[in-house]
Amino acid sequence: MEARVSVIEKRLSNIKRIISVASGKGGVGKSLIASSLALNLSKKGYKVGLLDLDLYGPSSHIILGVKDVFPEEDKGIIPPNINGINFMSIVYFTKDKPSAFRGVDISNIIIELLAITQWGSLDYLIIDMPPGTGDETLDVIRLIKKSEFLVVTTPSKVAMGAVSKLLKILKELKIPITGVLENMVMTKSSFVKNQIKEMNLKYLGSISLDQHLEDSIGKTDKLLETDFMKELDKIINTIKL
Amino acid sequence: MHEWALAESILTTAVEAAEKEKLKKIKNIKIAIGELQQIEHDIFKFALGEIIKLQGDKLKGVKTTIETEKSTLQCRNCEHKWSFSDIKKKLNNDEAEAVHFIPEVAFVHTRCPKCKSPDFEITKGRGVSIISITGEK
Repeated sequence: MEARVSVIEKRLSNIKRIISVASGKGGVGKSLIASSLALNLSKKGYKVGLLDLDLYGPSSHIILGVKDVFPEEDKGIIPPNINGINFMSIVYFTKDKPSAFRGVDISNIIIELLAITQWGSLDYLIIDMPPGTGDETLDVIRLIKKSEFLVVTTPSKVAMGAVSKLLKILKELKIPITGVLENMVMTKSSFVKNQIKEMNLKYLGSISLDQHLEDSIGKTDKLLETDFMKELDKIINTIKL
Repeated sequence: MHEWALAESILTTAVEAAEKEKLKKIKNIKIAIGELQQIEHDIFKFALGEIIKLQGDKLKGVKTTIETEKSTLQCRNCEHKWSFSDIKKKLNNDEAEAVHFIPEVAFVHTRCPKCKSPDFEITKGRGVSIISITGEK
């Protein structure tokens, strides 16, 4: 008999808000948005956790510059504090080696992480989701009942094609959607905004493509000073996240 | 110790199951510990004991029995079968500790001994689970 699922709700019980940063499409900047959102909220004085659930291609640790740390044990595992963020990722255990997992293994890893991680009390837990509507998304919906979804897209019609599928399934399952954030905008267009409005969802705003963003990867003090972060900060303040 | 978190999940599940079955008291819980998770019985028993002390009447005087479930790993590519004990000595301490926390990282740190594929499955002996619960109504 599976036992681990029974304690997941308890492990998350002292977290005020859980926001899964997701997209139907890869490469739209989910991890950057998730990490930057966690950093921004932490700098505002909130207690923030970040969980990287992109198990094949975790990247939040690269953005935050995490190196040579391992969770401590105390009635479970305690997420190491990285620049003010309580950060949990599979990389502590894979040592950043290539990770080939099948669906059943993905579910087992997610259940194990959720059952043994002691987050304590947090204002926000941000989850960096992998792209699509696969096992990870279905498991978050199944296991983390109080999660809402902040969905990221780019202005591309190709990205919106996949993103609208994720939005439709979340709507069908009546999962709370924080709204849709348009990232990497190069030229002004109302295409995404109109699509989101047609779906009766909240368009959170847009962030311009920041040519210098790459220089700040792994350096959180630099990341906080980027145009990308300034635009994200404006959106966070406007929507009163 | 992270065993505490898993022990808590066993006892929480047992109490939930007992409530569902309308058991007044739980008398025995038989627990399986998969070889892959490399949990020492004494540590797990200690964690169970500590949590039982904090729990309500349903678990008072409960007897817990722990069995180790030998692991079987099977390659999806060449169908070769092996056990974790066959390959454990090839892991360094950090890798073995990682498998202890998340058994699935065996796919990351080990390969099929025959064809070297990472595409194998854990058919037996993964982690902690409940074999049976008995009690009185």
